[in-house]
Amino acid sequence: MADRTVHVWGARTPTARGSAWPERVDVHLDGVREDEVDRWVGAACVLCSNGCGCEIAVKDGRMVGVRGRAADRVNRGRLGPKGLYGSTPWASSPDRLTTPLVREDGRLVETDWDTAMGRIVERSRALLDEKGPLSHGFYTSGQLFLEEYYTLAVIGKAGLGTPHMDGNTRLCTATAGASLKESFGADGQPASYDDIEQCDALFLFGHNMPETQTVLWARILDRIEGSEPPRVVCVDPRRTEVAVAAGRTGGVHLAPRVGTNLALMNALTRELLAHEWLDADWVEAHTVGLEELRATVEPYTPEEAARTCGVDADDVRRAARIFGESGAVLSTVLQGFYQSHQATAAACGVNNLHLLRGMLGRPGCGVLQMNGQPTAQNTRETGADGDLTGFRNWENAAHVEELARLWNVDPMTIPHWAPPTHAMQIFGYAETGSIGLLWISATNPAVSMPESPRIRRILGGDQCFVVVQDLFLTETAALADVVLPAAGWGEKTGTFTNADRTVHLAEKAVDPPGEARSDLDIFLTYADAMGLTDRDGSPLVGWRTPEEAYDAWVEASRGRPCDYSGITYDLLRERGAVQWPLGTTRLYADAEFPTSTDYCEDYGHDLATGATTTEQQHRATAAAGRAFLKAAAYSPPHEEPSEDYPLIFTTGRVVHQFHTRTKTGRSRRLHHAAPDPWVELSEADARALGIADGQRVRVESPRGSLEAPARIGPVTEGAVFAPFHYAGAGQANELTMTVWDPVSKQPTFKTAACRVVPLEGD
Amino acid sequence: MPHLATYVGLADHSEQTLADSLRAVADGHAHLADVFHTCSQLAGWSDDHRERLAPVVRRYGEEDVAEPERLRADALEYPREGEVGLLRDLQDLHLLATLVHTTWTVIAQGAQGLRDEELLEIARHCDAETSRQISWFETRLKVAAPQALIVTP
Ligand code: SF4
Repeated sequence: MADRTVHVWGARTPTARGSAWPERVDVHLDGVREDEVDRWVGAACVLCSNGCGCEIAVKDGRMVGVRGRAADRVNRGRLGPKGLYGSTPWASSPDRLTTPLVREDGRLVETDWDTAMGRIVERSRALLDEKGPLSHGFYTSGQLFLEEYYTLAVIGKAGLGTPHMDGNTRLCTATAGASLKESFGADGQPASYDDIEQCDALFLFGHNMPETQTVLWARILDRIEGSEPPRVVCVDPRRTEVAVAAGRTGGVHLAPRVGTNLALMNALTRELLAHEWLDADWVEAHTVGLEELRATVEPYTPEEAARTCGVDADDVRRAARIFGESGAVLSTVLQGFYQSHQATAAACGVNNLHLLRGMLGRPGCGVLQMNGQPTAQNTRETGADGDLTGFRNWENAAHVEELARLWNVDPMTIPHWAPPTHAMQIFGYAETGSIGLLWISATNPAVSMPESPRIRRILGGDQCFVVVQDLFLTETAALADVVLPAAGWGEKTGTFTNADRTVHLAEKAVDPPGEARSDLDIFLTYADAMGLTDRDGSPLVGWRTPEEAYDAWVEASRGRPCDYSGITYDLLRERGAVQWPLGTTRLYADAEFPTSTDYCEDYGHDLATGATTTEQQHRATAAAGRAFLKAAAYSPPHEEPSEDYPLIFTTGRVVHQFHTRTKTGRSRRLHHAAPDPWVELSEADARALGIADGQRVRVESPRGSLEAPARIGPVTEGAVFAPFHYAGAGQANELTMTVWDPVSKQPTFKTAACRVVPLEGD
Repeated sequence: MPHLATYVGLADHSEQTLADSLRAVADGHAHLADVFHTCSQLAGWSDDHRERLAPVVRRYGEEDVAEPERLRADALEYPREGEVGLLRDLQDLHLLATLVHTTWTVIAQGAQGLRDEELLEIARHCDAETSRQISWFETRLKVAAPQALIVTP
């Protein structure tokens, strides 16, 4: 097979509009032939949110490669370079954690499980006695399985009773969830990947799909090569592959200045309204808030957008016309919007365009507020992050009551008196020691959080006891007081859900190394050791196996928007991939939204300030099944370029790496394809600063600096781009600042003022 | 209409007090990024209210009679420290904003009586934003309270 780090999207299989995406099976094996493989084990790839169905090749008790599953609705056999080359090599890496570690005299030393868990329990009990449950914080990931998140949620919410639970999903997809709640009343992706074959226009908002979800992009490229291709509109400050596709298909590339997305969205909305490109009857019947929306967007003429965003006014008109006149529009949204200033309001702006045109729930019509990480959807569903389990509303006493009954605990145990604590706040409490035990699972905040020097100080200090469970001794684990070795993908069984509600079962293929245990087992060990019980003194967590945990979750989801009823392990084994709710390709086909006050997941927020809407205010809207058209005025970013820091620093991803490279950095091929960090400058800025392509530079913000070679590239003038995957001297998050969206509380990675200094002697 | 003028003056003054206090709280708790940014943003709203009111102040004059002087609240000059300090500061902001809110209510009533549509529109617009300021103080209080009261050393 061709080297897919070079041919990232593989060979084309052109797809005509309305026809099924053809199969093409991609395989990669490390040093064995296909006929030498002992077993193939069913799974799905966990290296991005796409969830490509695959099988793991096992030879002599080791994972030796992967093969796409032809029948899978998500990928029809395809895998991208990350999935092919990054799925298995990490597992046999010699630096896996194989025993628990505890800190002795300042150093981490090997120990056994009883000792390690004993230390955690001792500290945990002491803190509970002294300060109560608010002394505990949990920070998890977007990479565990549903069963593990649900177990963690029950331990935290019903066992201990702490509101301080969040995931690193806060950093990647909190805005997806928040915008869906604001517009439609509950989380849940309305659209389906099948809409790619049905649409006649595709809008990608801040979504560099060719790099983040390569197989999904291959699917779009196949539409572009087939008959009746869709027109592509790209909103991104960089000239990405999406922008190239926009040019090829007669679409538009809008490159707004970093931090001005909302002004652009308001202008697009205003154009739709001004030309009456809306389904007036549908809007009247199924939405509330049209007049406020009209008033909010009124000042944003195309000329105003041109001034604020630095785009061409006619391009704004053309993009709006494509949205307004196409018969079926599919939109996707990702980090370019989510990690930017006014994130939730901008993402709601995309929902608004679809609501105005009644383009939801029909073939080819829909919104995908994408997830970054493979299992981020499940963190939100189960409530392992700040959400209440099963898309319930923490402010609704009846919802809390329901969970209390299910878990057989006092409703007062379940923290619901205040909004759940978001990640940035959890680290703030850990900084002062107000949280005295912080438990981090499968994530590396020492590299991935904004203002990373501060995060490392918090983790390394004495004020808070830090537990880390992971595959490797990450930069975060190295600072912990107790480190627990975890089993990874292929070494344990569990389910997860991708960005179009498709559930996959990933089975255990091999045993974990040494004494490593699955995250589920680790959480169960803690629950047992703490003696967590329900109201009758029975064990609070009654399950032992992944399947039992999953069945318990199905009960918790019943009757809620994310209802998993009917989707069993057996069904997943039989069909491979199943969307929730069972038998539902698209949500809201009946234009009935989960917005009634008693059912909704959230009463909503003021998009500008983040102030919560009260139950009474929500009732007064009388939405009752109608969606919300919500908007906010644009305000300039928190940190604008100044004389000292004249450029805007922005971060993002590259195709061959995922997150902080815990896995992808251990694939030789992926590592060689993108071994080192770099920073990208526009030609004009490079010329003005006298910087040559390849020259080493230092990028400085008021908070820190990084050093890396410069690349002259397609980034817009005035901006500096750096990938965020790398630790060390090239670590992008040294420069970013602690600011977050008022509603989703997602940190703003995309904007910080900076300056670039050329370095000599290179 | 000396009393309307008094209230127009009171609106101007209390918005100013609120804006100053918001900025003091923003600076005093600058290490809390959301408090810093949101308070600064809300101070901008109060500045904007004063600008909108300026032509009306010119029209009615800014009467400074003795009686409502007692209604005037002092700005919060010295923000308190720590998590419990933040609670108190937010409560103070809430009080100041409530004075602004009731002042706009009074002015809106007067404007209706006078059929002064310009003033009515200003009062309604500003009061709606004042309510949003108050909602944020309440939301942030709820967030901060449990940890501040129970766990903070
Ligand atoms: S697109 Fe995502 S899920 Fe599919 S193979 Fe690539 S990394 Fe894995």
